Amino acid sequence: MADIKSVQLRDFHALRWEEPVIMEMDVPGERGVLVPAAEEAVEKEVGDGVSVLGKLKRKKAPAIPEIAQSRLIRHYTRITAENLGSDNSLKISDGTCTTKYNPKVQEHLAAQHPGCTEVHPLQPVETMQGVLEVFYGMEEILKAISGLDKFSFQPGGGAHAVNSNASVIRAYHKSRGDHKRTEIITSIHTHPSNAATPSLNGFKVITLIPKENGLPSIDEFKAALSERTAAFFFTNPEDTGIYNTQIKEYTDAAHAAGALCSYDQANGNAVMGIARAREAGFDLCHFNLHKTFSAPHGGFGPGCGAQGVRDFLAPFLPKPTVEFDGSKYYFDYDRPQSIGKVRSFYGNFQAVLKAWMWCRTLGPDGLKEASVIAVLNNQYLVKQIMENVPGVSLPWDRGQRRMEQTRFSFMKLKEETGCGIEDVNNRIVDYGVPEIWESHHPLTVEEPFTPEPCESYSKEDLDYYAKVLMTVAQECYDDPEMIKGAPYKASKHQSLNAFAEEYEDIATTWRQYKKKFKK
Amino acid sequence: MAAEKKSVGIIINPIAGLGGRVGLKGSDGADTVERALALGGKPESPLRAGKAIEQLLEIKDKIEVYTYGGPMGEEKLRELGFEVNVVGQPAAEKTTAADTIAAAKKLRDAGVDLIVFAGGDGTARNVCEAVGLEVPVIGIPAGVKIHSAVYAINPRNAGLAAKEYLEGKIQTLNESEVMDIDEELFREGRVSAKLYGYMNVPASGSRIQNMKSGGGSEEGDLAGMAGHIVVNMEPDTIYIIGPGSTTRSIMEDLGLPNTLLGVDVVKDKKLIASDVTEPQLWEMIKDPERKVKIIVTVIGGQGNIFGRGNQQISPRIIRRVGKENIIVAATASKLIALNYQPLLVDTGDAELDEELSGFIEVVVAFGQTSVYSVSS
Repeated sequence: MADIKSVQLRDFHALRWEEPVIMEMDVPGERGVLVPAAEEAVEKEVGDGVSVLGKLKRKKAPAIPEIAQSRLIRHYTRITAENLGSDNSLKISDGTCTTKYNPKVQEHLAAQHPGCTEVHPLQPVETMQGVLEVFYGMEEILKAISGLDKFSFQPGGGAHAVNSNASVIRAYHKSRGDHKRTEIITSIHTHPSNAATPSLNGFKVITLIPKENGLPSIDEFKAALSERTAAFFFTNPEDTGIYNTQIKEYTDAAHAAGALCSYDQANGNAVMGIARAREAGFDLCHFNLHKTFSAPHGGFGPGCGAQGVRDFLAPFLPKPTVEFDGSKYYFDYDRPQSIGKVRSFYGNFQAVLKAWMWCRTLGPDGLKEASVIAVLNNQYLVKQIMENVPGVSLPWDRGQRRMEQTRFSFMKLKEETGCGIEDVNNRIVDYGVPEIWESHHPLTVEEPFTPEPCESYSKEDLDYYAKVLMTVAQECYDDPEMIKGAPYKASKHQSLNAFAEEYEDIATTWRQYKKKFKK
Repeated sequence: MAAEKKSVGIIINPIAGLGGRVGLKGSDGADTVERALALGGKPESPLRAGKAIEQLLEIKDKIEVYTYGGPMGEEKLRELGFEVNVVGQPAAEKTTAADTIAAAKKLRDAGVDLIVFAGGDGTARNVCEAVGLEVPVIGIPAGVKIHSAVYAINPRNAGLAAKEYLEGKIQTLNESEVMDIDEELFREGRVSAKLYGYMNVPASGSRIQNMKSGGGSEEGDLAGMAGHIVVNMEPDTIYIIGPGSTTRSIMEDLGLPNTLLGVDVVKDKKLIASDVTEPQLWEMIKDPERKVKIIVTVIGGQGNIFGRGNQQISPRIIRRVGKENIIVAATASKLIALNYQPLLVDTGDAELDEELSGFIEVVVAFGQTSVYSVSS
């Protein structure tokens, strides 16, 4: 282990532009693009192109800001440069999110190859065989990694995939005439979408509270199971980084009660090539291609929650599925039991493409090695943090090692200095390190934080990260008042935490803002 | 303008904690105080209070400080360099519970925004008796017995919470339990804490929890939990509503008045009896044809669902209603705060306690429950 005391921290200062909101930059009459006039032949067909809309034509122009191209580019370039992202900082801070390096060859291909950029979802299937081959190939890879039998790439994110799995579960029980199964069981340290999306699907949610080892109790789990249980939704390792070695006992008990088991593998970074959903007894799972599989993140936008199931659930997956008849690929819409479409067309092809390239680059051995390094990295960082950072504690510490991420607590720091994780986060950005993800709700430890040093980071990166954390924690002891005024070198000063404010005091859209504050 | 300034009232129970170091369980009662002093007990309360109050030095020009005379605050505050308004003097050199009550009332009448008091469970009971939910409070733990949730985990944190509240950084208040050893049971040789009331405490610990939730706040869970129970209420069924601020949210959802520390009875969403005694309750439900359900909450930090503060719901009543008709309501945060301890039943009937042990479903939010261990 390196002695991080000798690690030299670099000077850092963020850009600060105080950019206005894009809606405030509106200058009536300014244009970013001058749309060319329609060709004569087109005009002959549709006239001015607007009057054909008839009643569909909106009465008022949309409130889109009018901005010249140069100002627009300046605006977005500036706010991009103000960011601390995975390309300019140690995104180790973003625990549970697996923000790994996004290889640029993947980004270039997806953004520039005409076979990707010029393809239209409605063009004949024969003319996009390459695209379908990528979908099909990625499905084969995920089948091998999970041991499950069929995948859909339609969900645009992790929660979307869990929701879609909940819909499959509902459809499955309904198809068997089993209408009593109205409950699902999950745990607090499993991502909250595993409670939220079954709830959206009409299930009652039973949430298990962790015990001294950070895990739910198998006895309480068994007591919660009944003929009303539709499914068990679980993450393993959970958000805490603790792996539940008893998992097969849970899934066996669930199956004995007639329930299905759904595995949230949004973050599957600890177990690729090491442990599979199938052997652990799961019937459904999902992988976030924008986490474990190196595609970039982006809240229900460019992401993909690949949803996988065992064969007996395959008829319920979203349609169409991608099939191969031995000579050509095609979309199968003839799936009468399908829960239907969950997103337009086929999902985010670009995320699937990037993930497929990544897997093909690494190969099976490389994928396993990525998981091994991710876990090793985390265990190294845990040791550096526990030995060097004052005020830190490791909750549920019973000697077991953490997997790919770790939930720590700064409770001791808070008690001894008055500075907690919110203060550390205000200061850590002064060192060019993004604020650390704390925890999902509700908190099970006070002052929590959860770093995740995936395989993209070198030993030097981990030492640097631990040194920054050590320095900030020490500053909390030496000069808490300075910490309370932080950050000093970031692009923004102590931005408002909208979640903490009264609804009346915040606006989440421009229209709301105008209504509430510009009367 | 003076009216713009936030004001804080400080009460120090100078004899709190006196008994601890010399092996006496608490300092309640004049005899105990004498014995403690005779045994060499030193007043630690002012020292601990000082550690909390120091945190306010930085904002001393922005706040008005009110306190009680002599050792009950004035001395310590002047020593630390505060300018103080003294609202009254203790009746005698040796201060008593009556002085704490008088001080709290006078501070309330002075219109303070917050009362910070140093003491133990006895002190908390006195302040609660004087001001109840009228004025927000923060307890500086300085006594021997600290069962009450109104206390910060240490003096420094009490001071920081006070500072943040006065600066407007904390705006949420939590109704927190005032607990003390049940003296009747104590005389019978059983040590158990009893619920004496609730006071409003600035939410310093859960502040972050509220911040991170984004729609899943404690308040939201509480409202959802109440809504869940109310929409699932069955017609022509008597609901026995146990005490506590959690169950009160159910009454609020129903738009009914509520007895915070007593048992109310609801049928068809209408209040049919308030603050009932055990015999009154028995009279209402003894008819075996009657459909009856009990709604109780969990005592914060302790885990009791029966036998603390709801003794009106006696063993014969619980047996009559049956385990399957008991609805336990508590937010997930409340269960987490039990620190892995099981829920507890202590009805005074060992056989019934045994029957109630095992697992029980707890309503934690709308459409959400948990299954949790119960032990006797």
